[in-house]
Amino acid sequence: MQELFSIFVKGIFMENMIFAYFLGMCSYLAVSKTVKTGVGLGAAVIFVLGITVPVNYLLENYVLKEGALAWLDEDFATLDLSFLGFIMFIAVIASMVQLVEMIVEKFAPALYGALGIFLPLIAVNCAILGGSLFMQERAYATIGQATAFGIGSGIGWFLAIVAIAAIREKITYSNVPAPLRGLGITFIITGLMGIAFMSFMGIEI
Amino acid sequence: MSDFLSKYRPLFHKGGKYEKYNPLFESFDTLLFVPAATTSKGSHIRDGIDLKRTMITVVLAMIPALIFGIWNTGHQHFLALGEFIAVGDGMMEKMLFGAELVLPVVIVSYGVGLGVEFIFGMKNGHSLQEGFLVSGMLIPLILPISTPLWMVAVATIFAVVIGKEVFGGTGMNIVNVALTARAFLFFAYPTKMSGDKVWIATDGANTVDGFSGATALGDLAGTVSLDRASDAAKQTMQMFEDGGVYSMYNSIMGFIPGSIGETSVIAIGLGALLLLITGIASWRVMVSSIVGGLVMAVLFNVWDANSFMGLDPIHQLMLGGFMFGMVFMATDPVTAAQTAKGQWIYGFLVGFIAILVRVFNPAYPEGVMMAILFMNVMAPLVDHYVIEGNISKRLKRAKLASSQS
Repeated sequence: MQELFSIFVKGIFMENMIFAYFLGMCSYLAVSKTVKTGVGLGAAVIFVLGITVPVNYLLENYVLKEGALAWLDEDFATLDLSFLGFIMFIAVIASMVQLVEMIVEKFAPALYGALGIFLPLIAVNCAILGGSLFMQERAYATIGQATAFGIGSGIGWFLAIVAIAAIREKITYSNVPAPLRGLGITFIITGLMGIAFMSFMGIEI
Repeated sequence: MSDFLSKYRPLFHKGGKYEKYNPLFESFDTLLFVPAATTSKGSHIRDGIDLKRTMITVVLAMIPALIFGIWNTGHQHFLALGEFIAVGDGMMEKMLFGAELVLPVVIVSYGVGLGVEFIFGMKNGHSLQEGFLVSGMLIPLILPISTPLWMVAVATIFAVVIGKEVFGGTGMNIVNVALTARAFLFFAYPTKMSGDKVWIATDGANTVDGFSGATALGDLAGTVSLDRASDAAKQTMQMFEDGGVYSMYNSIMGFIPGSIGETSVIAIGLGALLLLITGIASWRVMVSSIVGGLVMAVLFNVWDANSFMGLDPIHQLMLGGFMFGMVFMATDPVTAAQTAKGQWIYGFLVGFIAILVRVFNPAYPEGVMMAILFMNVMAPLVDHYVIEGNISKRLKRAKLASSQS
């Protein structure tokens, strides 16, 4: 239980997708103009990460890894399908994103309009694929750990996007020098936020 | 003097000979006298206080901490050499020695920072912004005494440009300028900012036996990995008992190593009093942050997993930069939360996270700085949800009222 909690908290703070690895920046930068859309996209990312990481965990451990197919037949004990990893992961992610898109379109059409192209683009959001690849690299022991990691890093991403959205709302009327308006200042804010998040690095739970 | 300035004012105005230097003239003028353009009619609130007076008040509030810092620099130096060990001895020597080291840092910080401000002021055509008066004083106070002057200069430039000017200047920044400088140095030159070589100016002279040079928190962080029953851990904890180097008395009075201005709770308390009486700092943030720190410290004390956690909660708050941060930096009216309810939440979390990082993160025993930075970043979010909450509450009330009538 403590292990799960540790992985979960690490995903949110110490190994934050945005501020520790700078993954998923494109939609983070593009959709963070208002807190409302930020919350919508962030929730979608939590959902997608929370589903795809455990599903990919099952795929990885029971289909793709070397000897993973041994449960099917003894003959497969040496079979290594890991070269299919990327394709399988992306396929799972894309289908999950399809699902999210349908749900959002049906139940929150206004949000669907506000998110626009960035909703389907979650499929190629590097934070999502990054989540699955980190799962593979860190070789979590159980599906519970993989789920905790997926949901934790999703929440970390959510926190990052709503925080920067609130800051961007606050500085709407600031007298930012012309060349830096818009994207430039957002990058600078992200850097400063990264410094602030560094306070958690190195904490062992 | 006033006549003298008035005589030359036209020269600096539009079309005048020295138009470009108007920011310089303007700021010098208003520093000494009231601004030339005052409101004379209409619905303005008439009050003697403006941004400049506010900032000057904060600087005044920091003076006790600065003077104590100067003395303590000397005190720690002579303590390390084994001279003038009693607190009352060698007052003059200690003050002189400290002044020699501390004042250059203050001068560099002000000089460089104001220089950057002038350049931006001339370029953007606005008058010099007063915000740096406070930051320029804060930066020296939160640095270790042996920070090289060029580092102070680099950090100040970074903080003023990236932390403030790119957001449009004073009042627009999202993170505290002085903390940006400190964090920049901390991550860029970690060896100069932490450890046990930097807190006391020894000039390479021979130090007495048993001299460690670490701060109280550095020593405490060292015990986390040790067995509680081991001799080393016990020895460290002994320093925190009555009569030890870091005893409660010493920590409150400030006779311990640390950043220049952060050690004395008494000197900081004087500043806090001034800030609270004049109403410049938010008492909500101050109270709630101390409560937050206390809650976390008590929780740790109950948990009591290692010697650091077992430290008396009140004592915990008196160490390191906690009090300094809570009084002078968490309350920064620009970067803190703006709403009343938001300030309670913000302050509480600052104190809470400060103690959390300090105890949990062995690399950053001085976690206060990071906690304040983190909450600076989160403050707009807190405000956003407080305001949203108010809006929905009032909507509900309005609906209720209309349904009843």
